[in-house]
Amino acid sequence: MNIALQREIDKLKRQILALSAEVESDVRAAVRSEENRDPALARSVIEREAQINAMEVDVEEECLKMLALYQPVAGDLRYIIAVLKINQDLERIGDLAVHIAERGLFLCDLPRVEIPHRLGAMADKVQAMLKKVLDAFVNLNEAAAREVCAGDIEIDEIHREIFQQVKDAVIRDPTTFESVLQILHVSRHLERIGDHATNIAEDLIYLIEGRIVRHTPEVSDKGQAK
Amino acid sequence: MTAAVDIAELDLFYGAFHALKRVNLAIEPRKITALIGPSGCGKSTLLRVLNRMNDLIPGCRIAGTVRLEGRDIYAPNVDVCALRKKVGMVFQRPNPFPLSIRDNVTFGLRVAGLSDSQALDAMAEKSLKAAWLWEQVRDKLDSLATALPLDQQQRLCVARLLAVEPEVILMDEPCSALDPISTAKIEELMLALCEHYTIVIVTHNMQQAARISDSSAYMLLGEMVEFGETPQVFENPKDKRTEDYITGRFG
Repeated sequence: MNIALQREIDKLKRQILALSAEVESDVRAAVRSEENRDPALARSVIEREAQINAMEVDVEEECLKMLALYQPVAGDLRYIIAVLKINQDLERIGDLAVHIAERGLFLCDLPRVEIPHRLGAMADKVQAMLKKVLDAFVNLNEAAAREVCAGDIEIDEIHREIFQQVKDAVIRDPTTFESVLQILHVSRHLERIGDHATNIAEDLIYLIEGRIVRHTPEVSDKGQAK
Repeated sequence: MTAAVDIAELDLFYGAFHALKRVNLAIEPRKITALIGPSGCGKSTLLRVLNRMNDLIPGCRIAGTVRLEGRDIYAPNVDVCALRKKVGMVFQRPNPFPLSIRDNVTFGLRVAGLSDSQALDAMAEKSLKAAWLWEQVRDKLDSLATALPLDQQQRLCVARLLAVEPEVILMDEPCSALDPISTAKIEELMLALCEHYTIVIVTHNMQQAARISDSSAYMLLGEMVEFGETPQVFENPKDKRTEDYITGRFG
């Protein structure tokens, strides 16, 4: 029986990693479509949403089947529970990539407005965070997961700065309102992707250590100490 | 909470074979403690230590202490019959005597010298009710016990030991001969009994240990590898060997 469960777990691993790769590449494409004002690229991200959703449902069905048929315990149980939760976060990140692509499409038709804080720098940081947490998932690297949790503080700070700069820009020149509002949306979506990456990191710590660190100061405290 | 049974630095030998190695275990009163581990790991031996059933095996000797409510059960002045009344045992296969249902339940009391038939009947009814068997057998108390279905036979064995008012109930794979529905009935009975009795169960069924026990002890090659609260042992075992066993990677 355990050999059958191992086979199922290996299959689940392949499925969740395939979904991770898709979501990561969608975020990259969405950010690039916004930066380069590339409507074709933006549309390709929007079109892939259905595929991501279908992959998410497949992973969930696989997890439910394994819980029902094999009653896993210990590390196997924690793996399946972590995958169930990470799966949801990945799907939400996929949605946010679509939202960014949609903002990108809007921006194509609007005049360019620059704000001091480059959205590109924030996007780079968020993508690095996502890549790091997915690598940590592959390698079950707890230290990297903790670094990701700590990194979210910086993303939140950048989002707050952008919010302030968008406000200043509108006060300076109200005609830019529509463009800067789109920028604020993108910043918000990137910030949310950071939150989901943090959730994944917390689920990883549960998977590795068996302890739930969500809503505890432990993770961010350790991060700040570094 | 003080332990109902406290095992300290226990070694047990069958001749030259070292079957239990420096085992320490504190069994909490009115809880279910599961002993798990592969065949031959010493869990049934440990169970039998608790009512000195191993005394019957030639060449068996022990070192260390086993205390029942603070009193050393291996002290020289211990009355082994009295101990076995306090610490009853249910076996893998139901083993009713080839007597009537009534005589099975009252057997221990009659051996102890009780002969008042009204008192015996009252005790039989009380014990059969506690073992959830009264409704099924009240009209056929004089029928042969061995004619009952297996799960009812097993509950009769439980009633038989409840009649002598034990404190600890030892169960050695009590459901291994039963189908899933009968197993569920015995498990429900165990959960009800643990309000009044301390239960120690040996089981090969990991899901059963997870479902019904409060604490689980994993044994391997005569050693106590891990002992902890059951949810912790099954969600996040501390020892790699426990994890390998309960996830089926053992061997």
